[in-house]
Amino acid sequence: MKRLLRYLSDYKLESILGPLFKMLEASFELFVPLVVASMIDVGIKNQDVGYIFRMGGLLILLGLIGLACSLTAQYFAAKAAVSTASCLRNDLFSHISHLSYSEIDTVGTSTLITRMTSDINQVQTGINMVLRLFLRSPFVVFGAMIMAFTVDVKAALVFVAVIPLLSLVVFGILLVSMPLYKKVQKQLDQVMLTARENLLGVRVIRAFNRQKSETARFEEENGLLVRFQVFVGKISALLNPITYIMINAATIAVIWIGARQVDSGVITQGKVVALVNYMSQILVELIKLANLIITISKSIACMNRVDSIFQVQPSIQEKEAKKEPKAGSQEPKVEFRHVSFLYAGAKEESLSDIDFSVKRGETVGIIGGTGSGKSTVVNLIPRFYDIASGSLLVDGVDVRDYSIEGLRNTIGLVPQKAVLFKGSLRENMRWGKEDASDEEIYRALDIAQAREFVDSKGKGLDLLIEQGGKNLSGGQKQRLTIARALVRNPKILILDDSASALDFATDAKLRKAIKEHTGTMTVFLVSQRASTIKNADQILVLDDGKLVGKGTHKELLKGCPLYKEICLSQFSREEVEGDGQ
Amino acid sequence: MASKKKLDKAVSAATLKRILTYIKRYRFGVAASILMATVTVALTLYVPVLIGQGVDLILGPGQVDYKGLFRILMKIGILVLITAAAQWLMNHINNVITYRVVKDIRTKAFNHLEVLPLSYLDVHPTGDLVSRIIADIDQFSEGLLLGFTQLFTGAMTILGTLLFMLSINPLITLVVVCITPVSFFVANFIAKRTFTMFQKQSQARGELTSLIDENLGNLKVVQAFSHQAKAQKEFEEINKRLAGYSLRATFFSSITNPATRFVNGLVYAGVGTAGAYGVIRGLLSVGQLTSFLNYANQYTKPFNEISGVVTELQNALASASRVFDLIDQPAVAKDEEDAVELNHVSGQVSLEHVDFSYVPSVRLIENFSLKVAPGQRIALVGPTGCGKTTVINLLMRFYDVNSGAIRVDGQDIRKVTRKSLRTSYGMVLQETWLKSGTIRENIAYGRPDASLEDVIAAAKEAHAHSFIKRMPNGYDTLISEDGGNLSQGQKQLLCIARVMLCLPPMLILDEATSSIDTRTEIRIQRAFTKMMEGRTSFIVAHRLSTIKEADVILVMKDGHIIEQGNHEDLLKQGGFYSQLYNSQFAVS
Repeated sequence: MKRLLRYLSDYKLESILGPLFKMLEASFELFVPLVVASMIDVGIKNQDVGYIFRMGGLLILLGLIGLACSLTAQYFAAKAAVSTASCLRNDLFSHISHLSYSEIDTVGTSTLITRMTSDINQVQTGINMVLRLFLRSPFVVFGAMIMAFTVDVKAALVFVAVIPLLSLVVFGILLVSMPLYKKVQKQLDQVMLTARENLLGVRVIRAFNRQKSETARFEEENGLLVRFQVFVGKISALLNPITYIMINAATIAVIWIGARQVDSGVITQGKVVALVNYMSQILVELIKLANLIITISKSIACMNRVDSIFQVQPSIQEKEAKKEPKAGSQEPKVEFRHVSFLYAGAKEESLSDIDFSVKRGETVGIIGGTGSGKSTVVNLIPRFYDIASGSLLVDGVDVRDYSIEGLRNTIGLVPQKAVLFKGSLRENMRWGKEDASDEEIYRALDIAQAREFVDSKGKGLDLLIEQGGKNLSGGQKQRLTIARALVRNPKILILDDSASALDFATDAKLRKAIKEHTGTMTVFLVSQRASTIKNADQILVLDDGKLVGKGTHKELLKGCPLYKEICLSQFSREEVEGDGQ
Repeated sequence: MASKKKLDKAVSAATLKRILTYIKRYRFGVAASILMATVTVALTLYVPVLIGQGVDLILGPGQVDYKGLFRILMKIGILVLITAAAQWLMNHINNVITYRVVKDIRTKAFNHLEVLPLSYLDVHPTGDLVSRIIADIDQFSEGLLLGFTQLFTGAMTILGTLLFMLSINPLITLVVVCITPVSFFVANFIAKRTFTMFQKQSQARGELTSLIDENLGNLKVVQAFSHQAKAQKEFEEINKRLAGYSLRATFFSSITNPATRFVNGLVYAGVGTAGAYGVIRGLLSVGQLTSFLNYANQYTKPFNEISGVVTELQNALASASRVFDLIDQPAVAKDEEDAVELNHVSGQVSLEHVDFSYVPSVRLIENFSLKVAPGQRIALVGPTGCGKTTVINLLMRFYDVNSGAIRVDGQDIRKVTRKSLRTSYGMVLQETWLKSGTIRENIAYGRPDASLEDVIAAAKEAHAHSFIKRMPNGYDTLISEDGGNLSQGQKQLLCIARVMLCLPPMLILDEATSSIDTRTEIRIQRAFTKMMEGRTSFIVAHRLSTIKEADVILVMKDGHIIEQGNHEDLLKQGGFYSQLYNSQFAVS
């Protein structure tokens, strides 16, 4: 909430003028019963037709002024709400963009997306509503009470008694039903989950003939939802009848007391009418308020959810005195010194005591089973995660001493999942290097074995890539992501199992081209295929987060039983034994 | 345009009719709701009359009829209590009817998902189908509820007030009737103007959402390329545009209320003036004027609400028609009447001159024949996306062949029950799907009544036991949606254990082992080899070492089966397969 107020304070003028004009409008509305009362007490009593028409004109004038005030109020409220939400969106987007991998892992992308979109939209609606109505309703309620005092103090005491009681009932019911609404929402999520799960698993469900039990489960969840909905409905349906009873009880009291006051000559008949009118104005406002509070509490919940993302701080921070990577250092290119690492929230280390060093221009192959930590090792080099202990040096400098952008700009990463963005091929390739020329891009496409299919599409670099690269095959996407990393001519190239969708022939050609063209580039190859890494200068064998082998293909076949096992499962025995000689 | 509008109208009329058939089941509830609404409206309208009568008894000092006043006030009190009770009952009944109708439709839609052919489900995005069952039905329920409560009482209120006012004074009623529709027109006028703004707003919103989706969905890549600043710029540009449209849309739409309120103010002023004039002329009493003013307020309110309700109802109808559209999709053909149960399958499978394609214009499998003896291993080989899953779709009868036939033990699979056919296969797919539930429930998915011992035995055979044991609650550990708390390899082990428990006579393995680490894979393969003994198996795999041992290798490319034979034969042929095989060992 505090954060929201801070944003609103940038639109102070709008946030104050909005409710102010709204209250002005309401005050003009409060004059209406008085005008009608004097119509009765003066106009009718004196049989003054002219007076009555003058008062009628006054009513229309009041309406016009009210309309003007109201329009002004709506404009300012809309302006404040829209602008605030817009700023909030910009800042949240920027905040999320700078979260580190571990926060993204823990929060989850889909959550981040809903916070960015529907939650902020709801906040916007909420602000708009609050500025427009939330102040107006209590103002009218209390205004009506004050006006009642100007009419007659004794009768007005009824207002004093009934208003706190009414607020008690309204807030009481809301307080009870709010958590119940949350429960309904949660159950709806559950129903959605069941439906989603079912669609995703349709083949398995049919293969195991479990359609009936899945339907039963859905019906159960769905039935629970209805039960919750009806229950909460029952409670919130109480609101209007109860307020109706209370207001009318108060009206009865006002008429009775009014009658006595009229009898003793304190007030006139018209004044009684005015008092009754004030009472019904309160009723109307209360009904509006009740509808409003649901919207507002939803918005508050959404704001809290947005806020909780703002509170997540990126775990990876730059140092004050940051260094930029410099060329021509004689130190090893990449060096892991007894590095250990564990993911946020994990109990066990994902990597422990990893120790190796890579010279400039070397090709390093990393092999091991799923979950052995291959990807983790290469994700540490661009500092996507911070290590827990030990040190990780690039060009002899601890990665934590570099500026993050500077460090990452020297690295070309090809992630496991081939991701491309909507836009032209040229735009996508320029992710690697903003001012890359077409020549540079074509060179990268050549090395990545992507030139052929790009040419065959006949659009050159203007080839339009759809969102998520839907118009390309898996293998084509992978080759383009490799090219994207190559465009920046990185000092370190990391291929994280990035050729899995390529057939063996293309994979081989790709490796050959990379070898020929990259020169002083240090290359990390992560793979499940022994054939991909067997010619590397250095092969790292990982098992369950530990480095169990380090050396060339030949050395490892002799010295590393796990490596030999992997090779045996993928090559024929003769080939393995031939290599081992 | 005009004809389209007409068509839309026809569609919504049909949709409305269908909704009514769902509501029909609750006709007594609806009748009760209508009764309660009538009571509520009538009494709410009668109370101001009584108040007016009360005011007429308070003329001035010494001119107050306390006795009469007391009687009237008592009457008001009782009526108010009855009104409140009726109002609550009406709301409650409406709630119950709405939510039950919604539940009925939702359940029906979900049940229909279970019988829809895969050819429908495969081409419709999951998100779209889910949103029909969840969001659309929700939208529909809101509209229905609102329609029930407001449209109905609103219309009744308008009618009732008109009658009451007419009974008091027809002339002043005329004033009210003439002015009120103005508010309706004003609201309509504004709504039309704002519509385009709303369209632009939702367009900009869509653009922004897809940008968010793309950038946050792939945040890791964005960061790896330090692309944040550029993305931010792009985002702010669209966001600014959105704010512009949003402001206009919000503002214009919020004009409606003040404008109609202003019209109401006019009505009020008109009634006040005309009424006061009437009192002077002796046409009505001050009390009656009070009631009139009260009615003027109540009469105009439903007009404001109804315009809102109508849009809401239109949305609800649109949503409902999307749901009905889903329900109307033809289900898979039922098993034939004389379909037989497949029992004690030996595992002999034959494909005879099979033709198949997903879309008639793209021919895939043509005149394909294959004879598989019991216990043989068939390997499907080829680059990703070459159509290996198509074969599985046909074997499991997720899709039917266009012509030709697939036989199991000599029986055409279209002549046997789907259930018995599918039970005869054990399937491990590339997408490891697990349901949210415990590990034990997942392993026992094919045999829900399996004992814990059997489950553990299956897990041991699949080499899943050791990691399950290490989970916080062992076999009772809850798997979150989509197996989020498990690694890909672990998920696959569970899928294998799930099949191990059923031990069907035939197996389908779709690249199941590709993300399990090599050592576990070796163990699993040993277990599989044991399991595959005497069982016909179809294996999709990238690893040539696995494929080499197959009895028959089907080499696929672009959906076609281009080569067929065992390893040696295919190498000798020197075709696509030998190219694939040799490339693995090409010098890098």
